[in-house]
Amino acid sequence: MKPFTYERAETLAQAAAAASKPGAKFLAGGTNLLDLMKLQIETPTHLIDIGRIGLDKIEPTPDGGLRIGALVRNTDLAADARVRTDYAILSRALLAGASGQLRNKATTSGNLLQRTRCPYFYDTNQPCNKRSPGSGCSAIAGFSRQLAVIGSSDACIATHPSDMAVAMMALDAVIETVKPDGKTRQIPISQFYRLPGKTPHLETTLEKNELITSVILPAPVGGIHVYHKVRDRASYAFALVSVGAILFKDGSGRIAVGGVAPRPWRNASAEKLIPIGAKEFASRLLEGARPTQENAFKLALVERTIEGILTENRS
Amino acid sequence: MKFDKPAGINPIDQLKVIGKPTDRIEGPLKTTGTAKYAYEHNQEVTNPAYGYIVGSAIAKGMITRIDQSAAKAAPGVLAIVTAANAGPLQAGKFYVSRFLAGPQIDHYHQAVAVVVAETFEQARYAGSLLKIDYKKSKGSFDLDALKDSAQTPPPAQFGPPAQTMIGDFEGAFKTAQVKMDETYSTPDQAHAMMEPHATIAKWEGDKLTCWCSIQQMNWGVRDLAIILGIPKENIRLIASYIGGGFGGKGTVLADLVAASLAARVAGRPVKLALQRPLMFNNTIHRPKTIQRIRIGADPDGKITAIGHESWSGNLQGGRTEPATASTRILYAGANRLTRLKLAVLDLAEGNAMRAPGEAPGMMALEIAMDEMAEKLSMDPVAFRIKNDSQEDPEKPGRKFSTRKLVECLQTGAEKFGWNSRNAKPGSIKEGQWLIGMGVASAVRGAPVTKSAARVRLNSSGIITVETDMTDLGTGTYTIIAQTAAEMMGVGLDKVVVKLGDSSFPESAGSGGQWGAASSTSGVYAACVKLREAVANRLGLDADKAQFADGRVRAGDRSFALGDAAKNAELVAQDEMTYGELSKEYAQTTFGAHFVEVAVHAYTFEIRVRRMLAVCHAGRILNPKAARSQVIGAMTMGVGAALMEEMVVDKNIGFFVNHDLAGYEVPVHADIPYQEVILLEDIDPTMSPMKAKGIGELGLCGVASAVANAVYNATGIRVRDYPITLDKLLKNNV
Repeated sequence: MKPFTYERAETLAQAAAAASKPGAKFLAGGTNLLDLMKLQIETPTHLIDIGRIGLDKIEPTPDGGLRIGALVRNTDLAADARVRTDYAILSRALLAGASGQLRNKATTSGNLLQRTRCPYFYDTNQPCNKRSPGSGCSAIAGFSRQLAVIGSSDACIATHPSDMAVAMMALDAVIETVKPDGKTRQIPISQFYRLPGKTPHLETTLEKNELITSVILPAPVGGIHVYHKVRDRASYAFALVSVGAILFKDGSGRIAVGGVAPRPWRNASAEKLIPIGAKEFASRLLEGARPTQENAFKLALVERTIEGILTENRS
Repeated sequence: MKFDKPAGINPIDQLKVIGKPTDRIEGPLKTTGTAKYAYEHNQEVTNPAYGYIVGSAIAKGMITRIDQSAAKAAPGVLAIVTAANAGPLQAGKFYVSRFLAGPQIDHYHQAVAVVVAETFEQARYAGSLLKIDYKKSKGSFDLDALKDSAQTPPPAQFGPPAQTMIGDFEGAFKTAQVKMDETYSTPDQAHAMMEPHATIAKWEGDKLTCWCSIQQMNWGVRDLAIILGIPKENIRLIASYIGGGFGGKGTVLADLVAASLAARVAGRPVKLALQRPLMFNNTIHRPKTIQRIRIGADPDGKITAIGHESWSGNLQGGRTEPATASTRILYAGANRLTRLKLAVLDLAEGNAMRAPGEAPGMMALEIAMDEMAEKLSMDPVAFRIKNDSQEDPEKPGRKFSTRKLVECLQTGAEKFGWNSRNAKPGSIKEGQWLIGMGVASAVRGAPVTKSAARVRLNSSGIITVETDMTDLGTGTYTIIAQTAAEMMGVGLDKVVVKLGDSSFPESAGSGGQWGAASSTSGVYAACVKLREAVANRLGLDADKAQFADGRVRAGDRSFALGDAAKNAELVAQDEMTYGELSKEYAQTTFGAHFVEVAVHAYTFEIRVRRMLAVCHAGRILNPKAARSQVIGAMTMGVGAALMEEMVVDKNIGFFVNHDLAGYEVPVHADIPYQEVILLEDIDPTMSPMKAKGIGELGLCGVASAVANAVYNATGIRVRDYPITLDKLLKNNV
């Protein structure tokens, strides 16, 4: 771990201002950042602990939705009665992730910003364009079973590991931020994550030192909410694929897929095909996929997982 | 004491303490966090420096240059050890690994340097500042590619001969009316024990004391002496508690060597624990195997030919995974073949992991038996029973000391509800889940080996046992206390057990499923001597003295046990050694595993629903500890079946998933209802304890029972472990 200085921000304004210090990084729950610092994958020289600045409430919005503070813990978000009732897909996705201990610490914004679990990213001896731009990708010709089949590039096939973000993608969540100068903006989650292209180290559309303050869920849409996370063991593992689905009585629905791409994968034109069937939907959703030999099974797995969900919930 | 004829009645047979499901005597220390593990001896070593190993960034090649300038200048750095200043290092007797690279690199994450600093964080950071230049060379990492050029290995200390042939296997197989010939593979596996390899090393002059975490103290002293080139007498190793080993801490590994060298160079005691990734690529692991099994039978299911060949790889000079061991002894069949082949690989060393040989061998053999039963249209339980052998199949006339494989299978089938299994795969469905059942036999050798102990009696009647035996979390403290209590006629509250100190009498150590039976026999021998000493001191006839309720009686005379030590502590020491009974009898443990799985019809996710093990493993010294051993092993078997694999990157040459996020072992949610039945077995050919080991038996066969259940659920046969959903998808045609 590279030596660093530490300060605890007491207010949002103080945190935003401190961000301009050289080498600064925000620390929320720390469940990912501290591990990455120990491995010297992240090497901030200054940490701004934002754990005490508030932003820990879940509040109704004027138009019937919910505003989730950036520092609301995953455990609290999953357990919130309004979330459980109206956004069950989110509650289920959260509970499918990590462990109880981690969810107690992990925050909403931290979850959105967690880094990939590609094993080559975690081994600093190996080339990795995401960790060390321009060094190459070890994963494409290596152990890629867990990695992306779509949205990836010749530079990077990492996936985004979050379950929560998959549900938020299906819910059309909007991310609210503040910049160091105090200006705020809203970013739809569909525009929040970048695809890797030639710059896989740039993962989101956040600007330098921009801080997430909350996530807004639009008014509830109803429907049956399902989150099916497929993995090799029953808990505490990242998804091979995960499917977050909201299914409506008329046969239509929303489906976002995790574990297949550098971001939660959702496609409006594919969703029109949900009433027709899993095969049609999945082949449109995964059009242009570029799997490796090791992870090509994910294409069939996505389709079959969705088929199982549709079969179970339409009978 | 020499044990060379079957045991008669002895004080252990009273079963006042032995055989009871006693809680662990050290349990409160563990649940309160006060049992001290290697890294935690802060009272004994108050001024440690911290060591951090920097592992090689390449798999094969040379170190061309190490620039230490930035690291040396970093805050807190006290010393940096590399091959240049470590002094000569030899290899130990058990592992072939070199514990410090230079100039050659033998495998990924081999230690290149040890950085010593005032704090752990400083040492770790300084390690990142070392600039190490390498010259890579081409390595061999792919066992599949090397299979055809693999060689016959030399005879090994443990495990079967490289080749065994009985009758005419090839001829009998050729003419068999029903036969199967399939190839299986088991992956490289990690022990993945919770406590990392860790050492605190302290020099006082030329005397070295290490608090460490190893399973065989005597091997540790031997190997560390050889490696460092110092006399054995100058080394003391202490491992009071061990946070899991599974064979992965047999003797000296990089932590002990690095801490010892670092403490010498720094002139300070040094604390060092292997960071988790080094546990995968720096230490040892269970190596990958490729196994071909051929079975021929007549139409009514009698095996006429059975052949088992296995290929594995290792560093130059490393051992062969003895995967054919069980096939030599498990089933009848007049014509038999086993064969081992070994390739040279440039991956970390392959070595012992819980039930070496038998665990991976049974993973293949017991699928093959399932496949053969299906070809014969026989029930898999019935097929196994039909081919039971009450004699050593390789040596007709040599009896098993005890063998109740058939009872294990029958009892298990009845308890598990085996008759509700549908032999036609894929025929039972609940909602979206396909349900299947599988069975496998279990077999594991039951070695006993020389083991010594010292027992002390004080005037309060307290018995203190000292032996260098280790407790990996298995319950050794407790069964040793039970043994001493039974022998001396006292309660467990009057027994103190001290383990894991190489200054104590040399025990069998923990490994090969020999620990429980051997170490308690050593304590038995010492207690026999103490009983004599007590009787002599009290002027009683030693043959007639009865030890019970904290008293010694003979005729009408009766004393409190402590009276014998009124003036001076009584001390007795002895060791148990063994004669030829293990040659006369095949001494083996047996069992049967039954598993029910559910496989998701769409995603092929596999979830185990029920597990049952029936074990026949000599006298059970403590049913609670034995059950814990078996359910732990069953859990490990589920891991082996469904998820555990150290993935080799064949381009770079290393195990990629080198942490516990990437190397998945079962979590609680994976482990369902587990039941263990321990069949009555008293084996007087083993030792006066009449006991055998059970910790490794519990693993043998589990994974194949899971595999067979998955087949029964789905009709898809996967022969390459772990059985993951992508393999089911791929074979789903």
